[in-house]
Amino acid sequence: MTHASLLHRITDYANRANPYPLYEELRKTPVLHEEEDGPYVVSSYYDILGLLHDPRVSSDATNLTAAGADELSGPEATGLPPSFIRLDPPEHDRLRRIANSSFGPPHRPDRIDSMSGELSGIITELVDGFGDARQIDVVDQFAYPFPVTVICRLLGVPREDEPRFRAWVDPIVAALDPETRQRTDDDFQRAAQEARMQLGMYLAGLVEQRTKEPRDDLLSDLAASHGADGTMSMMEVLSTAVLLLIAGHETTVNLITNGMLTLLRHPEYLHRLREDPGLSVRIVEELLRYEPPVQLVPQRTCVADIDLRGVTIPKGSRIWLMLAAGNRDPERFRDPDRFDPDREDIEHLGFGSGIHICFGAPLARREAQLALAELTRRLDNPRLVEDPPPYRKNAVLRGPRHLNIAIDSVRS
Amino acid sequence: MPAEAFHEWLRREGRIVIVGASLAGLRAAETLRAEGFAGPLTMIGDEPYEPYDRPPLSKAALLGMASPDHTELPRRRDIDATWRLGVAAAGLDMAARRVRLADGEEVPYDRLLIATGVHARPWPKEDEAQLDGVFVLRTRDDAVRLHRRMKGPPRRVLIIGAGFTGSEIASACRNQGIAVTVAERAGAPLVGALGGVIGAVAAELHRENGVDLRTGVMVTGLEGDVTGRVRAAHLSDGSVVETDVVVVSLGATRNTDWLEGSGLGAGPRGIACDAGCRAFDFRGIVTDDIYVAGDVARSPHPLFGYQFLSLEHWGNAVAQAEVAAHNMISAGADRRPHMWVPAFWSSQFGVNIKSVGVPSMGEEVMITQGSLTERRFVGVYGYQGRVIAAVSFDNTRWLEFYQRLIETGAPFPVEFTTVDRRPEGRKPVPADFPDPSLPTHGPTVTLSGYSPADRQLVFTPARH
Amino acid sequence: MRLVVDLNKCQGYAQCAFLAPGVFTMHGEESLVYNPRPGTEQRERVARAVAACPVQAITAEGLDDADEEPVGAGREASDAR
Repeated sequence: MTHASLLHRITDYANRANPYPLYEELRKTPVLHEEEDGPYVVSSYYDILGLLHDPRVSSDATNLTAAGADELSGPEATGLPPSFIRLDPPEHDRLRRIANSSFGPPHRPDRIDSMSGELSGIITELVDGFGDARQIDVVDQFAYPFPVTVICRLLGVPREDEPRFRAWVDPIVAALDPETRQRTDDDFQRAAQEARMQLGMYLAGLVEQRTKEPRDDLLSDLAASHGADGTMSMMEVLSTAVLLLIAGHETTVNLITNGMLTLLRHPEYLHRLREDPGLSVRIVEELLRYEPPVQLVPQRTCVADIDLRGVTIPKGSRIWLMLAAGNRDPERFRDPDRFDPDREDIEHLGFGSGIHICFGAPLARREAQLALAELTRRLDNPRLVEDPPPYRKNAVLRGPRHLNIAIDSVRS
Repeated sequence: MPAEAFHEWLRREGRIVIVGASLAGLRAAETLRAEGFAGPLTMIGDEPYEPYDRPPLSKAALLGMASPDHTELPRRRDIDATWRLGVAAAGLDMAARRVRLADGEEVPYDRLLIATGVHARPWPKEDEAQLDGVFVLRTRDDAVRLHRRMKGPPRRVLIIGAGFTGSEIASACRNQGIAVTVAERAGAPLVGALGGVIGAVAAELHRENGVDLRTGVMVTGLEGDVTGRVRAAHLSDGSVVETDVVVVSLGATRNTDWLEGSGLGAGPRGIACDAGCRAFDFRGIVTDDIYVAGDVARSPHPLFGYQFLSLEHWGNAVAQAEVAAHNMISAGADRRPHMWVPAFWSSQFGVNIKSVGVPSMGEEVMITQGSLTERRFVGVYGYQGRVIAAVSFDNTRWLEFYQRLIETGAPFPVEFTTVDRRPEGRKPVPADFPDPSLPTHGPTVTLSGYSPADRQLVFTPARH
Repeated sequence: MRLVVDLNKCQGYAQCAFLAPGVFTMHGEESLVYNPRPGTEQRERVARAVAACPVQAITAEGLDDADEEPVGAGREASDAR
């Protein structure tokens, strides 16, 4: 009975604030398969790492057979084509290379590094905006608006359109939640599908503008891409833009909020960070291990039988990779439940690994490093108002919905 | 003295001498200190420089990203050693446990580690090798000299030998816009290391990047002008290449001359040692006070039929040095075998080439992911029905999966489906290695010795 | 500062080239070329790159020290011969 319900307990909202004891239980059955058409759930560090580098594991939902159609293939099957996160090589590689050619090395090596000043400017503006308040919501007043502003500028989406695209982003993100997906609520999936199409059409208008009048932003570059890999089709540009817009902020908001929450629970690091802003680098890496913004990858399937720990995962099965459980695997990390930025070896799974490793990782790192260092410097005597804070619904993109903290003042 | 007490004494005040102050020597010294060795430690190196890294010499330095005389290795810890740099070891007295230096001094040891590595094979005709403009590339001094000349810039560089180093130099030349001719005895570049199927892809890379690649030819002579500068090379097909810089890239020779007559099992193929890095004497009896690590070592490997492998691999030098250092100061049961799976990388013409296992043992190869024509692929080598090696071109993130196939002796051909498996990759083809009896400068793994047909062993890789 | 990258471990994730573009550069998609002796002005960037490497392949010396030559620099002169 306990087994039959473990996965449901993990996706159950009631356990969102602290799923780690459940992950510990999960690791006792490293390859968990509770129901006949359910996923194979993998939770040990080395197994997850192995599968992320295993060419028998596909990200393409059309390879699902044994478990029947994936709920997630719905929204992607109509309207926009799948983005590279849901594709295998060679298509994945081609689209990701084109997207990367306007984002990072070798073509644009300085893009992220040169944004530091701009990122700091946005942070300063937001923190100045706290005014004389003695209580702030870190999520609504900082951790959400900061990465949204950044990704809007990077892509070339008008910041003031945020309320418009917010209405489309929410149902898309909600549909990523396994609990939602397990419901037989067709309306919900249709809403996500519709929202993705609407968001695509909204972005199509911007892409059309940028085709005529290119600027220094990713939408202009994606529309004009013509390297060794050729061009993206209009539909591919839109899928990629939808992906980057959503992934560009939905995860970073959790990283920053989890970061503040964790620092407030471990004040010795708050103090050390105030003394040495450079410590933010190690703090962010340990956060990516200790409280990863993406807890699990529920979107893989295998194109051949895979034998793992004495279990045969049949070809066509759905595989869930529990990154957050692997990050606290005692087989890999000493004293894994301790938040310890000083640990020698933080080779975490927070950004995944292999060919699908987080596309925006360097940007997310810089955003979180600068944000945590600056919040720590400027907030005088920050305290948690409630612990645990209320969480977002989502089990995949896990993080607080609000993080209310009390402060004595905002330093200049 | 009982073994326990002896090793306790050894750790506390034994004398350890390391001959070879490069990557393997340095990492061994650091491991010794990390594991608690407190006695006097002497580092002997024939070059006058503290340990430096060599791979950048044929890559970053030639591309202008690094200064060739500043590639010193970062230290993992302080090693508190007495350094004897710029003086070569000239002899070994095994009975008296002394290393003789070129300046006549003798250094006594209780434990000796030999990590003398290899040197570049020079152009065989001595008078031609003396011509101004004829280079090899192995040491920092070589790199500084070549780097200076490349800034000239030369009108045309001739590279003799299209192994990994030769190909990397050719790539750097083209990156700088320098005209380059590559002369290779085999049918394609990298053939000795990766076989003809992959070599054909490497040949395309050369040609597409504007290298004047001549295969199936030998350089028969170098010609100088009246001032003693090289001006042309004569090829076996009768052609003449006018050139002002020649880089001889014909592989490496193990630095074992200094051990001649010492009684150690040392020769041109290296120094034979057991899996615990203990050197054999010339009778095939294992010593217990002399250890070997790095390019100069040849040791048996259970994954490859207990054949003796000589590896000119950066990662092997590190791993073997760590095992050797540990074993030098550990008693029997605490010793570890060196079972590193060979792994190699090269970067040329903007392509990342990596291999795991021993490709040159491969009889057949199949492309399990990607495609040769796109130059993004993984190729898997099979030997006697087992996966023995894999190579990737710009596909490195999959390679550790194939390493596990090698470690577990997985069956070959690879039948299961993979993402990005193309129709042409479903059938193995002959890997097309040159006849092993012919001399080649190419392979970075040399096999020799015992080879039982049966390899039904379970190999459990260590995990951190 | 001194650097060495274990290019056996390196899988071309390019995090270092994003975060310290003056020290680490990508040649093509996966090939990393780097300056093994970057100047002190790159120290913060290199620290970010070292921490961000997904396979922890970068070994650096001199990241924490104020002076350029922490360990071993004078050694060549003082200890040799």
